[in-house]
Amino acid sequence: MNAARQYIELYESHVEAICRHGSPVMNALREQAFSDFKRMGFPTPKHEKYKYTDVETLFSPDYGLNINRLSIPVNPYEVFKCDVPNMSTALHFVINDTYLPARPVPLPDGVIAGSLRDNAEKVREYYGCIAHTSSDAIVALNTMLAQDGFLLYVPKGVVVDCPLQLVNILRADVDFMVNRRMLVVLEEGAQARLLVCDHAMNDVHFMATQVAEVFAGRDSVFEFCEFEENHEQTVRFSNLFVRQEGNSQVRLNGVTLHNGVTRNTIEVALVGRGASLDVGGIAIADGREHIDNNIFVNHQVPDCVSHELFKYVLDNEAVGAFAGKVCVSHGAQHTEARQTNKNLCATKGARMFTQPQLEIYADDVKCSHGASVGQLDEAALFYMQQRGISRDEARMLLMFAFVNEVIDLIPMDALRDRLHLLIEKRFRGELNACTDSARHYQGALSPDNGETERGLQELKSRQAKRKGQAGLDYAKARKELQELKCQGCNICRQ
Amino acid sequence: MQDGANNLHSDESNQYVRQLANEKYKYGFTTDVHTDIIPKGLNEDIIRLISEKKQEPKWLLEFRLKAYNHWLTLQMPQWAHLNIPPIDYQAISYYADPTRKKEGPQSLDEVDPELIKTFNKLGIPLHEQRQLTGMAVDAVMDSVSVKTTFRDTLLEKGIIFCSFSEAVREHPDLVKKYLGSVVGYRDNFFAALNSAVFSDGSFVYIPKGVRCPMELSTYFRINAANIGQFERTLIVADDDSYVSYLEGCTAPQRDENQLHAAIVEIVVHDRAEVKYSTVQNWYPGDAEGKGGVYNFVTKRGHCKGMDSKLSWTQVETGSAITWKYPSCILSGDNSTAEFYSVAVTNNYQQADTGTKMIHLGRNTRSTIVSKGISAGHSQNSYRGLVKVSERADNARNHSQCDSLLLGSDCGAHTFPYMDIHNDTAVVEHEATTSKISEDQLFYCNQRGITTEDAVGLIVNGYAKEVINKLPMEFAVEAQKLLAVSLEGTVG
Amino acid sequence: MLEIRNLHANINGKDILRGIDLSIKPGEVHAIMGPNGSGKSTLSAVLVGHPAYEVTKGSVTFYGKDLLSMKPEDRSHEGLFLSFQYPVEIPGVSMVNFMRAAVNEQRKYKGLEPLSASEFLRLMRQKRAVVELDNKLANRSVNEGFSGGEKKRNEIFQMAMLEPRLSILDETDSGLDIDALRVVAEGVNKLKTIETSCIVITHYQRLLDYIKPDIVHVLYKGRIVKTAGPELALQLEQRGYDWIKEEIGE
Repeated sequence: MNAARQYIELYESHVEAICRHGSPVMNALREQAFSDFKRMGFPTPKHEKYKYTDVETLFSPDYGLNINRLSIPVNPYEVFKCDVPNMSTALHFVINDTYLPARPVPLPDGVIAGSLRDNAEKVREYYGCIAHTSSDAIVALNTMLAQDGFLLYVPKGVVVDCPLQLVNILRADVDFMVNRRMLVVLEEGAQARLLVCDHAMNDVHFMATQVAEVFAGRDSVFEFCEFEENHEQTVRFSNLFVRQEGNSQVRLNGVTLHNGVTRNTIEVALVGRGASLDVGGIAIADGREHIDNNIFVNHQVPDCVSHELFKYVLDNEAVGAFAGKVCVSHGAQHTEARQTNKNLCATKGARMFTQPQLEIYADDVKCSHGASVGQLDEAALFYMQQRGISRDEARMLLMFAFVNEVIDLIPMDALRDRLHLLIEKRFRGELNACTDSARHYQGALSPDNGETERGLQELKSRQAKRKGQAGLDYAKARKELQELKCQGCNICRQ
Repeated sequence: MQDGANNLHSDESNQYVRQLANEKYKYGFTTDVHTDIIPKGLNEDIIRLISEKKQEPKWLLEFRLKAYNHWLTLQMPQWAHLNIPPIDYQAISYYADPTRKKEGPQSLDEVDPELIKTFNKLGIPLHEQRQLTGMAVDAVMDSVSVKTTFRDTLLEKGIIFCSFSEAVREHPDLVKKYLGSVVGYRDNFFAALNSAVFSDGSFVYIPKGVRCPMELSTYFRINAANIGQFERTLIVADDDSYVSYLEGCTAPQRDENQLHAAIVEIVVHDRAEVKYSTVQNWYPGDAEGKGGVYNFVTKRGHCKGMDSKLSWTQVETGSAITWKYPSCILSGDNSTAEFYSVAVTNNYQQADTGTKMIHLGRNTRSTIVSKGISAGHSQNSYRGLVKVSERADNARNHSQCDSLLLGSDCGAHTFPYMDIHNDTAVVEHEATTSKISEDQLFYCNQRGITTEDAVGLIVNGYAKEVINKLPMEFAVEAQKLLAVSLEGTVG
Repeated sequence: MLEIRNLHANINGKDILRGIDLSIKPGEVHAIMGPNGSGKSTLSAVLVGHPAYEVTKGSVTFYGKDLLSMKPEDRSHEGLFLSFQYPVEIPGVSMVNFMRAAVNEQRKYKGLEPLSASEFLRLMRQKRAVVELDNKLANRSVNEGFSGGEKKRNEIFQMAMLEPRLSILDETDSGLDIDALRVVAEGVNKLKTIETSCIVITHYQRLLDYIKPDIVHVLYKGRIVKTAGPELALQLEQRGYDWIKEEIGE
């Protein structure tokens, strides 16, 4: 409860400032979120949903927050070059949790791609409508603290041809917390594609919470790809909520290339007949990285289809967790649901926890799940060595082949090619272009950021008092994660 | 297929489902016999009373009291996918003895003829000469063992097969050494409760190098009203031994729920093999979900020795609520474990069952095959854990969990957990859910098989992989049970 | 080129090879025959460095270099090629990526620049023709979903790509119909030069009708018990192995 206390105090003492820089729509939900958060506190490992990620410990460092919305006087378009070849120039930036006004890119009439705070009135009935604060403490925390984020609104029947790209940048000189939102509304028949990249720029500890809500109207098509390329000191809690109306098609892809601790919670409600959902996930972790994906797909009506495919590659002492639940409600006949989780543990220290679950209350359904943990095929490795391919190279080829199955499901050609390249580089242990460009940006920012930094941290003084403490807390959190033991079985504790 | 035909078959199968929802429980009679029942309620005095009635040594009483005091600190587990109505543990009687009040019967002549009649009616004759050869039986009613057959024959080979109470008296060292060594009293809520109040069960010890020449079997029967049965079974297979053990259970039809919380502990030493088969047919409650046994069982085997082998096979058709996870701890190198299960739920039955495979030793292997069949308004869940520890190099597991749904008002759920801490492990889990397809039914109909028979055929085929693992005599009984539970369609 | 001296090897503690002596000169084709379990496949596995086998005694030199101390991939770079009896399926790894890695690693070992994509594809096209390998197969994952004949053809295609100095064909004829056998054998013959050598491991004469051996060895219980000219293979085809067992006094 201690970790929760500091956020409760923070909110109580700064609620006015938080609201002043938020919009009325966002402010309207804060009090409820606050009381929910106060009631629940952070989940403990006893919560089934958070069994493998120690939330309390991860939130306990005293992170700084930019409550007073001090702006960063830099135009990242000038310096940030993470353009996926042949893809859009429709780049959008969120620095920490603040949306930067975009360079105007021609979009079809009525489409909004921009700041959630500034446009919240237009989507009043959507904000917070599926991201309930009553059932998840982190959603509650985010809702009570979030002040801005990204909005994509596509009106009825409008097709946005060029993919939109959103770059989330974490930027601070002290240990820092970011609470950002994303809201995507596709009205009936609308179509859009959104690529989101996460980058951390500074070698400090970051804590990022993100709550995203996606409303896919009747016959809409939405393709979403999220891409994490941070560093080992970044903790990310993402909650993605999707609501799909009849015949909508949604594809969600998540790729975690690098991150300290990642927790992705995805909840999809299929509420209209004929909706189809594809979820693809790749998690690559080494060192002491920790990746926890928790997916809940709820088939509430008949005739919907959902496919999930998650692949993990764990090296060194990395920890992977996957929990996927498919629920088929009473009466949701003719549901087709498939869920697959395959994992490679490359070293002895790596650990994988997987829980594929089915909850089915209708009989005329086709549901299956499969999960496996294994290693690279020794016979294949030797075969390749006999052909003169070194063992390391052979391992790389096999690991690459392993995750390729997920990448190949991504329909955007240019993105797929880009991912192939990045993942290959990741396996080879080479820095990738995205990181390079982020470094580039950092260089450009540093000469005149002294002014920004002075007022950036509302909590900086508190931070200074406990200097070094955050790092210790973090190390402690990691240690405790490593020590996670089987519950309730004395013999295996020996 | 034409729409008309389609509807026709749907109707028929719905009708069939309704029919089986109305199926009666054939073991639902009660036995009118004088029974010594202790007062309801649970406290230290009751535990002392039970211990006294069983003339137990002091260490066992202390064990019970420790367990009781630990139990007081626990809450009933909530994590299962079960809706368990509140249980008043003070409204239950914890000891009921239907045999005469003096020492346990020595010869068959001394057993109350009503009891013999009861077991005959259940198909468990207690006359050795009338027995199926090759099976020794320990018959337990309520809290007491009525009779154990073929004891002397077995003793010639050094095999101990007797009621748990007798084992406490006659083989205290063995009991003391192994009791609670696999399922400690702190293990879980029901294990603590059982450890405090356990009554009778069977004790089996197979000495080094002995292959038990016949199947050993315990038949559990709850008879008295408002009592709980808390049996305790302990099987120890010493080096290079083998035993196949069977367990069956029934209860009368009563409107009140009855509580059954058992513990089974199995210890398997070097190169030994134990096969444990269960056909569980406690009274499941009526079509409206009234009555039935609450079955909260902790079963666990410890493959302690190298190259040891343990196989669980269960056919679960009864009980209003089943909470049961026969598990294996594979700590001996090269040890092997299997879990084969068919769980049938009908009407308002709820089952949350599965297994835990804890791989601790090197080159350990486990196989899980679980077949769930849900009908009526029932809920049927598989819950399983496969854990591979850091030291368990080259562990292998394959799990297959299938669910068959009959009717649109039931539920089938799968909750597997895989915790892998070793990079040389290969662990695979697959699960599917299916119904009996219209095409299958139509195909059978076209060949002249009625829909009802076709469903029976298909269900039987679906469960075959597990049924085949049972010893012959039990396989026949299990098939019959499937027939009873799912409306006489088998065979 | 290859000198095997008193080679002993075991798998899981079980002795399979018990003193093999064999010497192969450039340009020669050696056939190794023998009953099941005599150690034929073990010999080929040991030569290419399969990790499951342990060499307990003896030496193997390849062009004067100690073969046994080399990693499997370096043995390949030195020009040793095994056509597997059961080629391994590698889902998700395309033939193109696989072969490009193999060819370029060999070039790197020899101090050559890697081939450009277009040069490589040209080479693939060229070599594919040798064994009439369908372009479709070349675009699939390595051996995945290939028929038995296609897998063997693919082995010879890889042999063409890597241009080994010594090829070991481990029961390449098993599971092949007569047409596939002819295509595979012709491929091997086309690739044969006066510099390159071949070890053909087989049970049957029929492969040797196509690939003419210079020398035939009989391997029995981990030793070479008889060595003669091509006529030995014919004798074995007609009379089986029993007479050899008698000859060596069993």
